[in-house]
Amino acid sequence: MALPAYATPLERKWHVAFRVLCVLVFIFLVIPVLIVIPLSFNSEAFFTFPMPGVSLRWYDEFFGSERWMDAIKNSATIAISVTFLATSLGTLAALGLSRAGFPGRAAVMSILIAPIIVPVVISALGMYFFYNTLGLISTVPGIILAHTALATPFVVITVTATLTGFDHSLTRAASGLGARPLTVFFRVILPLILPGVISGALFAFITSWDELIVVLFIASPETRTLPRQMFSGIRDQISPTITAAATILILLSIMLLTTVELLRRRSEKLRGIRP
Amino acid sequence: MKDFSNRMRVGCLAGVAALALSSALPAAAEDSITVVSWGGAYSESQRKAYHEPYMAETGIKIIEAEYTGDIAQMRAMVESGNVTWDVIDVDAATALAGCDQGFLEEIDYAKVGQPRDKFVVGGALDCGVATIVYATVFGYDNANVGNLWGGNAPTTIADFYDLEKFPGKRGLYKKPFVNLEWALIVDGVAKEDVYNVLRTPEGLDRAFAKLDTIKSQVAWWEAGAQAAELLATGEVVMTQAWNGRLYKPIKDEGKDWTIVWDHQGVDFDFWAIMKNTPKLDLAYQFVAYASAPENMARQSNFISYGPSHADAIPHIPEDVLKDLPTFPGNMGTAFTVDASFWADNSEALQERFNAWLAQ
Amino acid sequence: MVSTAVPAGGLIEGSAVLKSHLRRAERTRKLRAVGLVLPLFLFIMVSFIIPIGVMLFQSIYDPDIRTLMPNTAAALDTWDGADLPDETVFAALVQDLAAAQKEKKAALIGRRLNYEMSGLRSELVKSGKAAMTMTAGPYKDQMIAVAPIWGDRATWAVIKRAARTYTPYYYLSSFDFEYTADNDVVAVPEGQAVYKAVFVRTLGISLLVTALTLVLGFPVAYLLATQPPRIANLLLILVLLPFWTSLLVRTTAWVVLLQTQGPINDLLMLTGLVDERVQLIFTRFGTIAAMTHIQLPFTLLPIYSVMKTISPSHMRAARSLGANSFYAFARVYFPQTLPGVAAGCLLTFILCLGYYITPALVGGPTDQLISTYIALFTNSTVNWGMGSALGTILLASTLVLYFVYNRLVGIDRMRLT
Repeated sequence: MALPAYATPLERKWHVAFRVLCVLVFIFLVIPVLIVIPLSFNSEAFFTFPMPGVSLRWYDEFFGSERWMDAIKNSATIAISVTFLATSLGTLAALGLSRAGFPGRAAVMSILIAPIIVPVVISALGMYFFYNTLGLISTVPGIILAHTALATPFVVITVTATLTGFDHSLTRAASGLGARPLTVFFRVILPLILPGVISGALFAFITSWDELIVVLFIASPETRTLPRQMFSGIRDQISPTITAAATILILLSIMLLTTVELLRRRSEKLRGIRP
Repeated sequence: MKDFSNRMRVGCLAGVAALALSSALPAAAEDSITVVSWGGAYSESQRKAYHEPYMAETGIKIIEAEYTGDIAQMRAMVESGNVTWDVIDVDAATALAGCDQGFLEEIDYAKVGQPRDKFVVGGALDCGVATIVYATVFGYDNANVGNLWGGNAPTTIADFYDLEKFPGKRGLYKKPFVNLEWALIVDGVAKEDVYNVLRTPEGLDRAFAKLDTIKSQVAWWEAGAQAAELLATGEVVMTQAWNGRLYKPIKDEGKDWTIVWDHQGVDFDFWAIMKNTPKLDLAYQFVAYASAPENMARQSNFISYGPSHADAIPHIPEDVLKDLPTFPGNMGTAFTVDASFWADNSEALQERFNAWLAQ
Repeated sequence: MVSTAVPAGGLIEGSAVLKSHLRRAERTRKLRAVGLVLPLFLFIMVSFIIPIGVMLFQSIYDPDIRTLMPNTAAALDTWDGADLPDETVFAALVQDLAAAQKEKKAALIGRRLNYEMSGLRSELVKSGKAAMTMTAGPYKDQMIAVAPIWGDRATWAVIKRAARTYTPYYYLSSFDFEYTADNDVVAVPEGQAVYKAVFVRTLGISLLVTALTLVLGFPVAYLLATQPPRIANLLLILVLLPFWTSLLVRTTAWVVLLQTQGPINDLLMLTGLVDERVQLIFTRFGTIAAMTHIQLPFTLLPIYSVMKTISPSHMRAARSLGANSFYAFARVYFPQTLPGVAAGCLLTFILCLGYYITPALVGGPTDQLISTYIALFTNSTVNWGMGSALGTILLASTLVLYFVYNRLVGIDRMRLT
């Protein structure tokens, strides 16, 4: 967005102001994420700057504490199961919805997407009542079910997005050549929509991995997840261990983010859309 | 052939999903109990004094959790039939209310293995076995004396309420507990009459009116660990706290803080067992372990709370004893928190307190 | 279609067969499509829609008094409310309280009645203990001697109202209304009203945060959309990094940043902008700053994706026709971005309405939004009716906005990256 040569002085000033504003917004976006990283090396037991010294004691405590390790184990089990369930259910549904002339498409879609629109506290409240009567409360399967409900909309959205612009004549051609539906799915459709499926899966993973509110309502000490443990780290058990945990989580998000970005570009290339 | 490989793929996917799900089911093999307490330095002292040696001796895993003293949460568990806590560390009011309302197990002292009369007076309740004696005190950062207060240091709870002489934010517990007592004492009520006055509607209004005078300068803490955090990060210049929560940073982190022993509310904490816990025997086993005098004496080394069992005191070194709330030199103006008053009124007053906060 | 294309008489029969074949094929295709969607649809129904239905039901379902005091409730059905009830009601009361006390449930009765008249809880426990020892009537005077509340008509009005299995009570409370002893509905006195202010606050903070994210997000989206792809993709990472970072991590970061001895205050002191450290954490400012940070990508990304589709030639054309750049921007470019602006702002506004964790950790007591109270009622005070009623009101407002969003933007045009 270079300024044209015929710009007036006012336009030039405005242009500079605009640039400065953008830089400030970028700082605003990124600094709060990065600020916790140095604190995780603080040698003192409180969140104070300037740091009196540098140490790895909070990483020691993080990896040495059974609670944090249990929490990671719980979170990983839940998030991986959720990813599988949400991705399979969501991909199938997106395939169905993308067929021309699906009856009541808009209405069905609104219901399927609703879990990410309805405030989580409401979902959590309903699940607390209902799962309690089913005996699912404070169990790992209960949390998996709840998180899957919250995560599938992301899969539906990303896969549907990949399917717009999907050339359905390809599947017809494959069927016409005698391929069975499953073969068509695995050999023709899946390779093409795979980037969307994978980014949906990553969204599903991060949704469950990060989710706190439902967990606050329906988890027990035994089924405590990483965000739940961090929450008590801020409120009840104040210690910089949570900054160590946060740093590790930030690294994880950078990895996921990069994967999704790469996939998105690959998908656009595959579908012939120029960015 | 192609078809076969496809089926293989579907099969694999289903298999992996099933595996993920089955590994998600909780493992039942290991014996464990959930012990719930107040978090921070206090939980840490219990971990070192009881949990770690207990786990090493018995091989039973202790799962720790924190709460902020809400009665309702326990009652909800029992009412909904979803009891996931086994042993809880409660205050006296909760131990009494828990008995009345049937969400705590009645303690069989034979199973605890200690005679009731060995505990401090008021320490062997029907639904709670006293574990420590603690006090609600206030403390300040010494740096403020020179920087902010012109060389004056607060010595009484009246100073805590004196915004002119001692400007700056104060930390207070986000519950009416001890706050209403302090408000009345500062307002001129003798400590012996505090609960009689609080039992009248006018007395309550008076306490809230006194709290109003400092409301704008209060940062509220909910969990014990937050009090020390507020003081350490300079968020407040002085804070109300449970004495051990202030003592620990002074001793371990070298904080230059002073604890003021004036009109501190003395209270006990109790081990209680959740009604209908599926792990009753293990719960008793743990409470018995933690109530044995030689084990109980260990805790004072990790946090400055006094033991509730008479036979534990000889096990505690002299220099540790002097920082405990039970040390005579610290007891001058102390009052004992009236557990029966709070058992009857804590929830109603908490509601009023919440509404007052939200205004 | 086939028959119009082939009008020859002998083929008509064949075309009808073909038509029905086609129709059947069409139906199979549709069925297969429905079959693909069905598993998820059922799953969402069971794990999400039904739970919400249960919540709606909880907000009016109020069986406690009817089940815990069956005799009193039945005896009160015929009470006209004008005077104190008669001896039969008192006898039923003693019977019910003694039974409840035996099961340690007198406090439960007290809890429900306490919602409408504070102070009843401890009186109920006291009365329950007394009722267990009473052997013979008349009970009326005995009960009033134990606890004067039984001589107050208002207590009985509360019990009669609470004995209804379905109640509008929680909704009335949610809008700061209450009953009088004569069953009239009146507004709660000024000093005790809470929820109306909380709803207004929730809307106000959500609007403000939405506006801030728009003001900050729009220029950045414009910058991203007008840079060459390589630079834009690099800058986009800066937007996506916070988007992908755990909400709790970001909230923790804000706790650190906003502290009185924290980096923001350090900076303010260093630059001489303030002489004294200012209170940032546990304030409205802190809450709004943190919420704006968390929501910024949600507003920015939809605007960016719309801007990407706007051809730069429009602006050039406007300029070459003599418009200065401000005019060209305002009249040519900006109107085309509106779908993205609407999508981003609505999404952020809807999400803001449900904020809970962030205000709880960086806000003060007067910065809490409605979700905080829903959680408080459910998890701490176990007033499920109240939590559900507040939840239903929040749900209703969200659904209205969701509907608008659907109309304006279309749910299937929602993009995530």
